[in-house]
Amino acid sequence: MALQRFNKSIIYIILIAMSLFFLMPVYVMIITSLKPYDEVTLATMWQLPTSFDFSGYSEAFTKLSPNLINSFYLVIPATLLSALLGAMNGYVLAKWKFKGADILFTVILFGMFIPYQSILIPLIQFLREVGLYNTIPGLIFVHVVYGLPITTLMFRNFYANIPDEMIESAKIDGAGFLGIFRHIMIPLSITSFVVVAIWQFTNIWNEFLFAVTITTSDQQPIMVALQNLSGSQIVHWNVQMAGALLAALPTLLVYILLGKYFVKGLLAGSVKG
Amino acid sequence: MEATTKPTKPQQNTATTLSKKKLSRDHLMAIAFILPSLILILIFVYGFIGWTGYVSFSNWNTLVPDFSFVGLKNYLYLFQDFRFQADLRNTIFFTVLFIGFVIISGMGLAVLLDQKIKGEPIFRNLFFFPMALSFVVTGVVWQWLLNPSTGVNIFFNKLGLSPKWYTDTTILAGFNWGKIEFGIPVAIIAVTIAAVWQMTGFSLAMYLAGLRGIPDEVREAARMDGASEFLIYRKIILPLLRPITVSVIIIMAHISLKIFDLIYAMTGPGANFVTDVPGVYMFETTFRGNYYANGAAIAVIMLVSVAIFIVPYLIHSRKGEA
Repeated sequence: MALQRFNKSIIYIILIAMSLFFLMPVYVMIITSLKPYDEVTLATMWQLPTSFDFSGYSEAFTKLSPNLINSFYLVIPATLLSALLGAMNGYVLAKWKFKGADILFTVILFGMFIPYQSILIPLIQFLREVGLYNTIPGLIFVHVVYGLPITTLMFRNFYANIPDEMIESAKIDGAGFLGIFRHIMIPLSITSFVVVAIWQFTNIWNEFLFAVTITTSDQQPIMVALQNLSGSQIVHWNVQMAGALLAALPTLLVYILLGKYFVKGLLAGSVKG
Repeated sequence: MEATTKPTKPQQNTATTLSKKKLSRDHLMAIAFILPSLILILIFVYGFIGWTGYVSFSNWNTLVPDFSFVGLKNYLYLFQDFRFQADLRNTIFFTVLFIGFVIISGMGLAVLLDQKIKGEPIFRNLFFFPMALSFVVTGVVWQWLLNPSTGVNIFFNKLGLSPKWYTDTTILAGFNWGKIEFGIPVAIIAVTIAAVWQMTGFSLAMYLAGLRGIPDEVREAARMDGASEFLIYRKIILPLLRPITVSVIIIMAHISLKIFDLIYAMTGPGANFVTDVPGVYMFETTFRGNYYANGAAIAVIMLVSVAIFIVPYLIHSRKGEA
């Protein structure tokens, strides 16, 4: 018994130490972002600010707000569209299996793992050709297309769990392909839509490679702007940290409010589901 | 499924033809549902990969496209290039260290959290939240934390240590290999710390789900037989978690082999390319230097390295399902 209590306290010590490691960057981010510039010194880096100062935030917000708006214009339509297409594909691949459906599914899935560098050169040529280069609609299109594998995977796994008998009895009642999708599958998969939407929202918001290669200056989403901000030597640390927090805030809020669904998405995305 | 597509004989005539007609219309709808996505995937994934491959055999190393065929020239150039050799070395060590630590920390924390801990949800959420962040945010913050003259070195200095983190150009256990010194670049360890901080939550979530999928009876039975907790984990639980470890390795491997944003935001290529990776090289040489054919060749090499892990995994998961 005593041994067990001893074990428990060691477990808590390890968990608390790891928690401190995980929180350390957040702590530094928050305290630095709340300091006035002249207080951001190496000697006092880990100390709390003597008084709250929001000048870092106001400067970061002025610099980043156009890009924050770009990101919202990008993320919302891209998330909705890719969730809808994923649901459609998942429905067909789970419930209307045709010959070769499983092979086709694997063919789609592979697109999820490719390094996007391997399609980037033709993609940019294509976007230039059709006039979508350096536009938010262009980025929306890109995220919808390359989001297809993951959203299809998630919906297919969700729909595979809906018993076939439900579909059969709906068919006997005269429901067709569309009727079953609209009146049975969609209502049953509201949770799945939430999971997929959160997953796509987070991924597209955080994405950097497409954003930095397809857009320039005033069309850039937030992560590119943040990278530019931190890459510039003249921007003060308190502004950089405030900017990083502002950029992270939407996905952090989603995680804090709907974390359960976020983790579901993560597990659903790991192929086996 | 089988039952409806092959109606049994006695049902007969009108019913059969009606349902057949309906089925065929429904099947057309099904095709209409999936066809647009399929066409997009075929063009934008497979077609574009093919096009990238074509570019990688071309002479397009200028601003103006030049598609004259040069064979393996770009590949041969890369494998003799100091920077690309350094990238290969860095990727190997980054991948091994990253996967190793993500598995150890994820599995370790999962086992600890599985001990009926008070406040388990709080701990769990603390370890999960970095996954909601962008690699760019992680890069910006850790760039500062591991900057030798700011950040964590304040504590290390008190211990009489002054690690140089990602600015260190030392290669551990190095020996000459091609044009570079092959060994563990110390700077890569700094990048690994940031990446592990971000991705531990992923493996933790997978292992927790795995642990919760093991029925209590399994442990109970082992306890009845007098097995110690340690032995139960070593002999029963951990072997049961093996498929999860395989999934974690595959998923982390494909992340680390194509990593770009974290390193680009945190350190860039680094002095002597000690933190450079193919993702960063491809981006810079293609979009900053206009060496499109070289960039395409790097992309193809990245794709092949990822495919080596992913293709067997995908084929295997499909078989497991059928």
